[in-house]
Amino acid sequence: MAKITLDKLRHSYTADPKGPQDYAIKEINLDWQDGGAYALLGPSGCGKSTLLNIISGLLQPSEGRILFDGNDVSALPPDRRNIAQVFQFPVIYDTMTVYDNLAFPLRNRGVDEAKVNARVTEIAEMLEVTDMLRVRAANLSPDNKQKISMGRGLVRDDVNVIMFDEPLTVIDPHLKWKLRSKLKELHQKVGVTMIYVTHDQTEALTFADQVVVMQDGEVVQIGTPVDLFERPAHTFVGHFIGSPGMNVLPAEVKEGAAYFSGQRIALEGAIIPGAGLHQIGVRPEFVSLAATGVPATVRKVMDLGRHAVVEALAGDTRINAVVEGTLPGPGEAVHLSFRPDQTRLYRDGWIASEKERAA
Amino acid sequence: MRKVNQKGWLFVLPVLILVAFNALVPMMTVVNYSVQETFGNNQFFWHGLGWFEQILRSERFHAALGRQFLFTAMILAIEVPLGVIIALSMPRKGFWVPVCLVTMALPMLIPWNVVGAMWNIFTLPDIGLLGYVMNHTLGIPYNMTQDPLAAWITVIVMDVWHWTSLVVLLCYAGLVSIPDAYYQAAKIDGASNWSVFRFIQLPKMKQVLTIAVLLRFMDSFNIYTEPFVLTGGGPGNSTTLLSIDLVKIALGQFDLGPAAAMSLIYFAITLFVSWLFYTLMTRHDVK
Repeated sequence: MAKITLDKLRHSYTADPKGPQDYAIKEINLDWQDGGAYALLGPSGCGKSTLLNIISGLLQPSEGRILFDGNDVSALPPDRRNIAQVFQFPVIYDTMTVYDNLAFPLRNRGVDEAKVNARVTEIAEMLEVTDMLRVRAANLSPDNKQKISMGRGLVRDDVNVIMFDEPLTVIDPHLKWKLRSKLKELHQKVGVTMIYVTHDQTEALTFADQVVVMQDGEVVQIGTPVDLFERPAHTFVGHFIGSPGMNVLPAEVKEGAAYFSGQRIALEGAIIPGAGLHQIGVRPEFVSLAATGVPATVRKVMDLGRHAVVEALAGDTRINAVVEGTLPGPGEAVHLSFRPDQTRLYRDGWIASEKERAA
Repeated sequence: MRKVNQKGWLFVLPVLILVAFNALVPMMTVVNYSVQETFGNNQFFWHGLGWFEQILRSERFHAALGRQFLFTAMILAIEVPLGVIIALSMPRKGFWVPVCLVTMALPMLIPWNVVGAMWNIFTLPDIGLLGYVMNHTLGIPYNMTQDPLAAWITVIVMDVWHWTSLVVLLCYAGLVSIPDAYYQAAKIDGASNWSVFRFIQLPKMKQVLTIAVLLRFMDSFNIYTEPFVLTGGGPGNSTTLLSIDLVKIALGQFDLGPAAAMSLIYFAITLFVSWLFYTLMTRHDVK
């Protein structure tokens, strides 16, 4: 087990990168604490799988270093980094039994058979696959196959980190939940650092203690699920996390105050001075229908059962609000009010309002 | 009792009719010949299973069958491992892929009797490239038309040259269908190259390999054109394989009855061995 440090890491798939646009990974400096449960979240093509393959050693970074507990492992091949990786599609050795599959990484490293047996039995117990140990792995269902691929990572007790590359893609929806909680449970039991790559916010937020959000080869924000939800550092994070995502409204800044379509909007705190393109961000959960506020027309109402999402137009800008209780009808004129402590200003995408001080 | 929908038979009917006309009906005429004797004039007499008995007891048939099995066993023993090795060493991506594939496919595109003729000329002791180099440059006596061993070696080398590509292409198709994740997982699990072959590549190639072995078995067991053009079954009878012998009986001697009986026995053996191969190679498969 180890702390993993990424030091000035950059990677390009082209041999001769000219500018930032040629980089799949644009300078990442990051520390993954020993024993943490991390999620790497971002849309397809944002570089998260590239980053994963760099950590596991399947890919050599163009620039920068990877350190495990302070030791430079950048030049080491995957099998000498002592890591484990679970892939999108379950990788199992078809001709072997479940037992032999689990024993494979240990036997390859010359572990003696008594210890192999002890470890395999222990891990099988943990994964609840003990009764399948004698079955040929090819005959298993996809979710059990994926369990076995996880198991091959877990059997090695000296493993530095286990990485998951969208491991639930091929799993049936009703089993996803089960497997995810199993994973969480395993993390608590074995305490190995785990990095979980996904583009599914639910998976990321339920699995991880710390979520790393990536976009276009850059880390946009690192934080707990609550941080990401409540105070997105970038409008992208606001958009990407939450359903529906954060409302982003074009804004004007005059004399230290923010205005949207001529109305002054109260923010969480003071505006950090600077110039650029300004936007106001507020989550639908903190927008309510009120007697006064931003005038808007209701376009549609989606009743989700416990609450409803009201989509309204203020000028040309679409604003979503999560509403409980009586619902307006489409076409109705309403006023929208934003909860000030949850309303923030963004400049060129990045947050530009100061956090409200604890009163 | 489970209710069975009998409508399914209707859908199989067209294929059944097709197969009936291109296989069953011609075969039945052979069955017809095999139990009759004729002295010409299109007059036939019932002969029972006499021809079958005669063929099964004939030393000539035993010898041809023995040669046939030897030939097939040898080319399978060479072509299958060789094909796997070549497929493994071919590049998986990049500029050389199409070059390799086309080069590999070339021998298979040549008509069978052209292959025979090519190798015949190639091995002529005084003017063929191979024959000349062997006899006059290297000083190794090599004359396919006189030496049975030389004839055998030539027939086998010719078949390996002609058909190893089939095994290569099938195995290659199996190999490229293996997702990268398998190799990456194996790398992380610390698997050796041999383990990667044994536990990933070989299992993934198994299905295509089964097909390759079956095709090569059937083709080589029924082989006629190439060895006939190359050696004509000689010298003596040393390379007279089953089909060559069959044609000699049927068309050379015009013994319709024995030839028909021999065809049926020949067919039964091919069918049986194919079934055996298939059953043995797929017995562990997932149902």
